[in-house]
Amino acid sequence: RSCSKFHLQRFCIFELKAELNSDKKEKKKEAVKKVIASMTVGKDVSALFPDVVNCMQTDNLELKKLVYLYLMNYAKSQPDMAIMAVNTFVKDCEDPNPLIRALAVRTMGCIRVDKITEYLCEPLRKCLKDEDPYVRKTAAVCVAKLHDINAQLVEDQGFLDTLKDLISDSNPMVVANAVAALSEIAESHPNSNLLDLNPQTINKLLTALNECTEWGQIFILDCLANYTPRDDRESQSICERVTPRLSHANSAVVLSAVKVLMKFMEMLPKDLDYYGTLLKKLAPPLVTLLSAEPELQYVALRNINLIVQRRPEIMKHEMKVFFVKYNDPIYVKLEKLDIMIRLASQANIAQVLAELKEYATEVDVDFVRKAVRAIGRCAIKVEQSAERCVSTLLDLIQTKVNYVVQEAIVVIKDIFRKYPNKYESVIATLCENLDSLDEPEARAAMIWIVGEYAERIDNADELLESFLEGFHDESTQVQLQLLTAIVKLFLKKPTETQELVQQVLSLATQDSDNPDLRDRGYIYWRLLSTDPVAAKEVVLAEKPLISEETDLIEPTLLEELICHIGTLASVYHKPPSAFVEGSRGVQHKRLPCSAGSGESVDSPETSSTAGVSDAPPAVIPSQGDLLGDLLNLDLTPTTTGPPPPAVSTGMQLGAMDLLGGGLDSLIGAGFGAAPAAMPASFGAPGSGGLDDLFDLGSGVGMPMGAYSPPKSVWLQAMKAKGLEISGTFARRAGVIQMEMTLTNKAMSVMTDFAIQFNRNSFGLSPAGPLQVLTPLSPNQSIEVALPLNTSGPVMKMDPLNNLQVAVKNNIDVFYFSCQYPISMLFVEDGKMERQIFLATWKDIPNENESQFQIKDCHLSSDAVSNKLQGSNIFTIAKRTVDGQDMLYLSVKLTNGIWVLAELRIQAGNPNYTISLKCRAPEVSQCVFQSYEAVLKN
Amino acid sequence: MIGGLFIYNHKGEVLISRVYRDDIGSMELSGSCVGGWLERNAVDAFRVNVIHARQQVRSPVTNIARTSFFHVKRSNIWLAAVTKQNVNAAMVFEFLYKMCDVMTAYFGKISEENIKNNFVLIYELLDEILDFGYPQNSETGALKTFITQQGIKGQTKEEQSQITSQVTGQIGWRREGIKYRRNELFLDVLESVNLLMSPQGQVLSAHVSGRVVMKSYLSGMPECKFGMNDKIVIDKQGKGGATDDAAKSGKQSIAIDDCTFHQCVRLSKFDSERSISFIPPDGEYELMRYRTTKDIILPFRVIPLVREVGRTKLEVKVVIKSNFKPSLLAQKIEVRIPTPLNTSGVQVICMKGKAKYKASENAIVWKIKRMAGMKESQISAEIELLPTNDKKKWARPPISMNFEVPFAPSGLKVRYLKVFESKLNYSDHDVIKWVRYIGRSGIYETRC
Repeated sequence: RSCSKFHLQRFCIFELKAELNSDKKEKKKEAVKKVIASMTVGKDVSALFPDVVNCMQTDNLELKKLVYLYLMNYAKSQPDMAIMAVNTFVKDCEDPNPLIRALAVRTMGCIRVDKITEYLCEPLRKCLKDEDPYVRKTAAVCVAKLHDINAQLVEDQGFLDTLKDLISDSNPMVVANAVAALSEIAESHPNSNLLDLNPQTINKLLTALNECTEWGQIFILDCLANYTPRDDRESQSICERVTPRLSHANSAVVLSAVKVLMKFMEMLPKDLDYYGTLLKKLAPPLVTLLSAEPELQYVALRNINLIVQRRPEIMKHEMKVFFVKYNDPIYVKLEKLDIMIRLASQANIAQVLAELKEYATEVDVDFVRKAVRAIGRCAIKVEQSAERCVSTLLDLIQTKVNYVVQEAIVVIKDIFRKYPNKYESVIATLCENLDSLDEPEARAAMIWIVGEYAERIDNADELLESFLEGFHDESTQVQLQLLTAIVKLFLKKPTETQELVQQVLSLATQDSDNPDLRDRGYIYWRLLSTDPVAAKEVVLAEKPLISEETDLIEPTLLEELICHIGTLASVYHKPPSAFVEGSRGVQHKRLPCSAGSGESVDSPETSSTAGVSDAPPAVIPSQGDLLGDLLNLDLTPTTTGPPPPAVSTGMQLGAMDLLGGGLDSLIGAGFGAAPAAMPASFGAPGSGGLDDLFDLGSGVGMPMGAYSPPKSVWLQAMKAKGLEISGTFARRAGVIQMEMTLTNKAMSVMTDFAIQFNRNSFGLSPAGPLQVLTPLSPNQSIEVALPLNTSGPVMKMDPLNNLQVAVKNNIDVFYFSCQYPISMLFVEDGKMERQIFLATWKDIPNENESQFQIKDCHLSSDAVSNKLQGSNIFTIAKRTVDGQDMLYLSVKLTNGIWVLAELRIQAGNPNYTISLKCRAPEVSQCVFQSYEAVLKN
Repeated sequence: MIGGLFIYNHKGEVLISRVYRDDIGSMELSGSCVGGWLERNAVDAFRVNVIHARQQVRSPVTNIARTSFFHVKRSNIWLAAVTKQNVNAAMVFEFLYKMCDVMTAYFGKISEENIKNNFVLIYELLDEILDFGYPQNSETGALKTFITQQGIKGQTKEEQSQITSQVTGQIGWRREGIKYRRNELFLDVLESVNLLMSPQGQVLSAHVSGRVVMKSYLSGMPECKFGMNDKIVIDKQGKGGATDDAAKSGKQSIAIDDCTFHQCVRLSKFDSERSISFIPPDGEYELMRYRTTKDIILPFRVIPLVREVGRTKLEVKVVIKSNFKPSLLAQKIEVRIPTPLNTSGVQVICMKGKAKYKASENAIVWKIKRMAGMKESQISAEIELLPTNDKKKWARPPISMNFEVPFAPSGLKVRYLKVFESKLNYSDHDVIKWVRYIGRSGIYETRC
């Protein structure tokens, strides 16, 4: 700071001081104005504090307001001097003019100085009961201010009760402000019953709703949305009184009304006439929001995006309104595009495609890319349109616009995945553009295509070789893809490509610092050198299909976001806890349950007729989301539940350090339109090292060994001529064992033991003879462990895990049946890769999903994860959504059946909910029992 | 709730700063307050990340350092609302617009100069219309009764309580005791007709968004009832007593997709009876907005023909046809034909009006002062292009059109506006009423 500037400021302050102490009122006022002006531009005028406060004693309202403004700014930095103002405040609170009373109480609440707060209580108490509604409505807000400074004081002074009384005030604005203040205070006390919403208060609120200002209506509607009606009739009657708000000119009133209706609609029976009427009423106001100013359009579009995912039927016929206008701001364009894809169906696909083609020639690069990607998504979503989409994409590739070509290649790869052996004729065209690809994702996609269809591309080896030249300059994504593609090529054309594969393997294993790449290289190398047939089975295995809807919001999050319609959460598509600090908004909101007890919210018939699926498909959040939430979890450790084991904290801290600076950018990128623009890239294997850092399962849990039930008596001595067999099953070091205790309760010695199994569901059979070497004397017991394998003949049993056994000895043959815990069959390599898990989860139809409750379990999610891992139930990912931990688990049975699970653990709730998804749903019940058994022991 | 409100000029200098919540901190620069310094940083972050960002604004909501910034721009002034909570986003934007309306009503255009000259007033307004970040009554009519630039005159007790009851009351938009010698009202039906047409003349999307703006100079607290040819109302009446009259007017009724009303309209009554009744604010205000998509009269049809002659020449021919009663006249017609960026020269021939190539706007602008219904006119142009090695094809923006016509393209007709004031001695017949229809082009585009 230069010297002259400093002097100038000193001088100004000196001059102002003189003016402030002038006798002339006008001069004083002008001086205070100058002070405020300096304050605004950031100059420090705190030195004038006493002089300004001296001007406070005036009957000129304008001057008074200026002084108050100054006070609010500087009181905190000069608390001792601020006390000087107290007397004036207290006096002003008694002023005959209600405007001055309100001004005083309003300003006093803004001065966050403890000593002043003490003096505020008495005036505030009076103002809350003032005869003038203007003073009361100001005082109501003041309680919220005071609560923010000193919550305890507000409670002790009984202001909360007075505030509650104001809900019954005769003036609608007082009611609205009281509701707003109470709602905010209640948010920081999630468990208090502050708002105490009951039918009587709801009725009062609904009455005030008709009479208060537009802002007041918003406060009231937002508050109403927190209420859960007792039954569908109450729900309907509230809806009926809220629907008129849909015609309000204020978009926020409309959106808040939509929120209330969307929420309460959940409780209405679907067959009710009113339900249909309500659905029809929702579309027009939502469409009208799109003719508002662009910023509001953006908020509306983000919300419509949620609404469309929850209830596609509302906007089914409104496709046209989402067509992009040339002059729309880019953020509106991108959002509209997103919704267009969501609404695309067989009925409107022609129109949509024509539009998308138009957009692909626009100027904005992001928008064009998204439009190209959208064409690919249409192809995957609406099968009938696939052919047209592919030809549109080919047309676009012909334009040779670099980023269009690259984007098109990325989506064509997905189309190949979805419809194998259908469109491969276009590969030649794609190969022509090889040279123009400079983005990793496009290069990786192209390499994948070449590797996958190596047998149809004559010069596949040349093409891949050309990429190999600059191997070390490529991004990891491309390197990994290139490695895999060349191995695929080798397996398909082993004769000509031996040199190439050796080259890439040595590049990957010897010249690379990237552990992912090295590991994958070594695995291939080992596979190829030991067992080429197995290598073929692994590398060229049939790929799981990709699902049609990408980047859908995960259902529980969607439900929560529906409860937050109109708010920032709905704009960010993130729960409030993700961006709000402290306790506010952390409360987890959920939609109420529908009227009929277990009735599904969605009717299947609409989903089959309309192209737009009605049922909200079960979705695992895309990888980006998972990562984001994991990061969040690390930043704000949950206070509930026992602390995680030391090993895991160490690991998480390490991971945080590694991420270091990247953290902000990750979080930053998560906001705004970015996540929607990022399609889940489950097609690309191993997209970076982050996944592995966060792999919760590996190395974190301490293996505790598989759960094995205690022995029980299988064969009673009475029935088996004195031979008693009790036993159990265990899985030790990957081997299933039948552990038995044979007891001779007869009078004679037993010899010549042998065992045989009947055919059973999983082909269990003894891997060797029953080893009872010494004869069994009377009253003697012997422990035997019989290793089993699963290569025996298969027959479906009922129950599924039933095993019929025959045991022979020198006396007779005895038969018994026993049930083995299915967890014996969970193999060690049952940890699914995350991307495959995501895709598989989406791919398994919803009817294969079954849900169970595990009651009375008191483990933290980390402990659960550890315990399960001991029995080969692997945690793929963990997310925390507002105190609710969600574990995503996978299990593989000996016969190759995968069982995926989502386990929800609510802090403080001993009952866990588990959803199992499996292509063979028959096993679900058994698998669930094992889960329960493992967790409870 | 809103934590603070800032107004910046185009350079990113703070013109107005009002902090309501401690969580976003104050803007003070006192060296002693470290927190203040940090928060100043957050506000600077908005300047750096949004105002000074080179590219286009990618979102009107920005989250920087766990603080959310909502912004709107008026000419080169930025208004930003800041919060750290999960606020009602729609409300924040509505509030920012309202804030602009209030400022415009007080001192005209929102410009740096006006804001600097009126900063005391703005602070006073901000103190009144936002309390602890909660929007309060923001009706200009009410505000002007007690926030004045002249300073407050000595108010009597009655005046004071009248102010407070108006600000907080059920009819916050109108004060008691208004008197006019001549009771008069003006109704303007203002419509903007939007069209997106394919080059082949297929309507891709079309809608009318209309507004009914009312200027009322009525004494007392008049009850008004507004009626238009809304299909639902007319069908209902038709069912009741099927007179010839109703059947006739039924044909001319229009289907309104959706409408929204000024807060003076009793929404519950509209919902149940579809009747529009209200006590109007004094002076000018917007009574309702509506949207229609069916049976729209498209006043003009644009027929484009673009031919690329080699790589360096484009031939463009555009025909416009007017499609309304020959007795009516459209005005202020303007057709904007985009030209490629590498245009080097343009020759234009038009039969009517004036056409000019505007290089800075990359467009040929063709203006016609007046045009009667059922006529057509055409323009042809030859565009010379500089050869470029830019591989990217020209995006061919749509041809857009502006015009004004003296009818409502949606077909909306005002049937009546009845005024009842029981306490004063004037009746509906004594009120002088004026109705005017203006149809303007909204986004009226034809792809070529």
